[in-house]
Amino acid sequence: MKILIKNGYVYDPLNKIDGEIMDIAIENGKIVESVSGEVKEIDAKNMIVMPGGVDLHSHIAGSKVNAGRLLRPEDHYKDVEKKTNIKRSGVGYTVPSTFTTGYRYSEMGYTTVMEAATPPLKTRHTHEELNDIPMVDKACLSVLDNNWIVLDYLSKNELEKCAAFIGWILNAIKGYGIKIVNPGGVELWGWGKNVKTIDDQVPPFNITPREIIRGLCKINKMLNLPHTIHLHTNNLGTPGNYRTLIESMKCVSDLSNGSIVLHVTHVQFCGYKGYSWITLSSGASEIAKFVNENKYVTLDLGQIVFGDATTMTADGPFQYILYSLSKNKWINADVEAETSAGIVPYRFKKKNYVNAIQWSIGLELTLLVKDPWRIFLTTDHPNAGLFTSYPKLIAWLMSKKAREKILKKVNKRAKSKMILPTLEREYTFYEIAIITRAGTAKALGLKNKGHLGIGADADVAIYDLNPKEIDPSKDYKKVRRAFRKAAYTIKDGKIVCKNGEVVENISGKTYWVNVDIPKDLLISTISEVKEKFEEYYTVKMENYAIHENELLKSAPLKINSNL
Amino acid sequence: MKTINNVVCSFCGCLCDDIEVNIENNKIVNVKNTCSLGLSKFLNYDKHRILKPRIRKSKEFVNVSLEEAIDECVKILSNASYPIIYGWSNTSNEALRIGMEIAELIGGVIDNTTSVCHGPTIIGVQDIGESTSTLGQVKNRADLIIYWGSNPLHAHPRHLSRYTALSKGRFVKTRKERKIVVVDVRKTATASIADIFIQIKPNSDYELLSALRYAVNNGEIEQNEVAGVPVEKIEELAEMMISCKFGALMFGLGLTMSPGKHRNIEAAIALVTDLNKYTKFVILPMRGHYNVTGANNVTCWTTGYPFAVDFSKGYPYYNPGETTIADIIARGECDAALIVASDPISHLPIESARKLSKIPIVTIDPHETPTTKISKVVIPSSYVGIEYEGTAYRMDGVPLRLKKIVDPPDGIISDEEILKMILSKLRGD
Repeated sequence: MKILIKNGYVYDPLNKIDGEIMDIAIENGKIVESVSGEVKEIDAKNMIVMPGGVDLHSHIAGSKVNAGRLLRPEDHYKDVEKKTNIKRSGVGYTVPSTFTTGYRYSEMGYTTVMEAATPPLKTRHTHEELNDIPMVDKACLSVLDNNWIVLDYLSKNELEKCAAFIGWILNAIKGYGIKIVNPGGVELWGWGKNVKTIDDQVPPFNITPREIIRGLCKINKMLNLPHTIHLHTNNLGTPGNYRTLIESMKCVSDLSNGSIVLHVTHVQFCGYKGYSWITLSSGASEIAKFVNENKYVTLDLGQIVFGDATTMTADGPFQYILYSLSKNKWINADVEAETSAGIVPYRFKKKNYVNAIQWSIGLELTLLVKDPWRIFLTTDHPNAGLFTSYPKLIAWLMSKKAREKILKKVNKRAKSKMILPTLEREYTFYEIAIITRAGTAKALGLKNKGHLGIGADADVAIYDLNPKEIDPSKDYKKVRRAFRKAAYTIKDGKIVCKNGEVVENISGKTYWVNVDIPKDLLISTISEVKEKFEEYYTVKMENYAIHENELLKSAPLKINSNL
Repeated sequence: MKTINNVVCSFCGCLCDDIEVNIENNKIVNVKNTCSLGLSKFLNYDKHRILKPRIRKSKEFVNVSLEEAIDECVKILSNASYPIIYGWSNTSNEALRIGMEIAELIGGVIDNTTSVCHGPTIIGVQDIGESTSTLGQVKNRADLIIYWGSNPLHAHPRHLSRYTALSKGRFVKTRKERKIVVVDVRKTATASIADIFIQIKPNSDYELLSALRYAVNNGEIEQNEVAGVPVEKIEELAEMMISCKFGALMFGLGLTMSPGKHRNIEAAIALVTDLNKYTKFVILPMRGHYNVTGANNVTCWTTGYPFAVDFSKGYPYYNPGETTIADIIARGECDAALIVASDPISHLPIESARKLSKIPIVTIDPHETPTTKISKVVIPSSYVGIEYEGTAYRMDGVPLRLKKIVDPPDGIISDEEILKMILSKLRGD
């Protein structure tokens, strides 16, 4: 199918295009210079044209997501999706079923989503669900920091072998990158314990969180992976933890050489000043100052949205703390030799002091970090809010008035401690395009995503907004509505949504990194690991591996390692 | 002779993945590493097979072509106003994924055998959550293992050697380093190898769990005995639970199906949750069929609910007791049934089985069962894990790939392929 999108206001930050009226031509699923012959024309006059949205951190598939679905039948009753001629039925709200997840992302103009944490042992499950999430391309980050074999190697400083093993795992389970979750702390959770600082010892491995983060940062470079290490810091969700965050960012400063080497995820959850929940305040200024001065770090928000959420993370000990505080339902699910997971339903309330502070931290950070290429819009779905809330976040960032409307309703003591009311910055459409697509695609190393240059994947979102007429600062509701329901979503060169409704059900690709590791190193490492593997795990190494034909549409990215 | 290593056994929820199978002329001639149940499956899977599709015409079965059987199945399902689709725990996730689409398309109810085994477990989790882990955590760390209302030596014979009492873990290496407790109404084979056996009065699990919770949280119990167990013994067990480094409570149908049902499970989960204040403790259900856990997972990611899903409203609706097939059959509401990889006639209460026998049943199964005998249409299928590949989930949710090791009999295809044909015809492709 050939498509010509005519006369739209194009926002394509990777190609430095800021609202120019342009035509975008599509052929064979790619952006091309021009098209001729039988062409489907889309009149995008007075509309915004952007690359398809790229979400770099969302929990949409796998064992903990499904446990979250199982845990909350009460959540599903209030949000159902009927079967149509095109769409499969499902349920929505905080943890939507697979088909519904794909449709809802697509309806907002999103075309690529990264499942942000999957335990390698259960990644087959993740891929099964990803196969059932239609409409978007996807991939998954593998939780590797508390893996016993990784820890054994890191503690002996055998980085090459560790890199070869991680390369093998990513190939074997079809993962995309290295996820770190509360390094060391999750291993200690196997005994019901946790770490408190990045220099705590993790017995019996004789290693500290600092050494784990640094080791994996080095390995990430040795493997030449497209995305940096993706860090969920220690002490997440704990008052005073902004110091841990800054320490964690500092600890890889010497490894950067000017390039970006670290992505810290859902920073709102690790931006807390104060010594208790009563004295909690925002650490956004300090974090933003550090990030503005140090160019080697990217962040995503984990922005709180008031209302229901289902918190879920591999950070088992944090979830136990949240259970102890909230007394809500609690699932814990440890995975042998690798990681853990915890799930607790939660409701963020405007009148709650802590929740209001949490809400302000994310927005303060986004407004204080100067470079939009290094801070991205997420809600850590479904932890801080739902991915379907992204249009709300866009409105808050583009409009001080929209923020003030919420500020009138939040806890008064919290408001008195916020710097948010004093922040004047309002994001432009160009900046919104960066934090929702161009920047995230760049951070993930997805070269054909997030832009509309020749040869890019023809993933395009068109929003019914005239940037010359609308003032997002005042008309934030119109902005919100438009981003909720894209006028058109084009995926791989096909019109898949029109006026926010799915018009064609398609399957997306699953990306994974096929890392080229020197044969000798790989063979010697695997023969060394095999015995340990079978001692630590309850499955055979052969059965741990996932075959490419188990992926519905496999899209390997060939990576030449630096090993 | 060909040897295939690391075959996954598709018998029980343990999914042991270290099986060695010797094959000669497309026949399994020898199997190593299995328990007696697995061995029997591998060596006898080709007995009592159904080799031709058949339709009951007047009173007799007549062999028909696969296409004719599929047409008849489609006719039955299309004409039904409230069909049920049931089974799934002995087949692959891939087959169930097609089954989900069929159920949605025809507006039927889809349910799996969880309904009659660990349904209360799931309802318990939905009420209060659970602290759980994969079996390898138990193997590597657990110094206290409690089997409650389950007898793995008979039902899951390699559970103890692969994952618990007799396994060698990183931190706990020998049987001597682990304490094994069995709680049951009678002295089972597993009880006879335990360090402590606690015999409780039948149907009083809830009382004993509540007493244990009280002992763990509050200390001294006033009564002399609870559930037929002397209080000293209850307090001793509570103390063991608090003072272990890593405890695991494994429970079976003795707990899920005794009076109280999901309330029993809630009490057990609550006890384990409380214990996490003092130490690390997890709870794990002993799932029976090899892929009942997979059936729950596929149903859940597709619809939000793990079993008993009604599509008659056009969207997933779930209310166990209302949408569970045993209840639908008992109320006489369904007017056709598609049964895949299951034998409800043998397992449902006799009254429900009688009612089920009054409606047209289509059964897809590799071998003869009481359900195939009363079906209107029978479509033979291949064995997943022996004659066809597919994905299954171990009782702790670890997904494994089942291998094809021999060819199926001529003309026999898999559940997945049969269901695809049915779906395609139903859609009018």
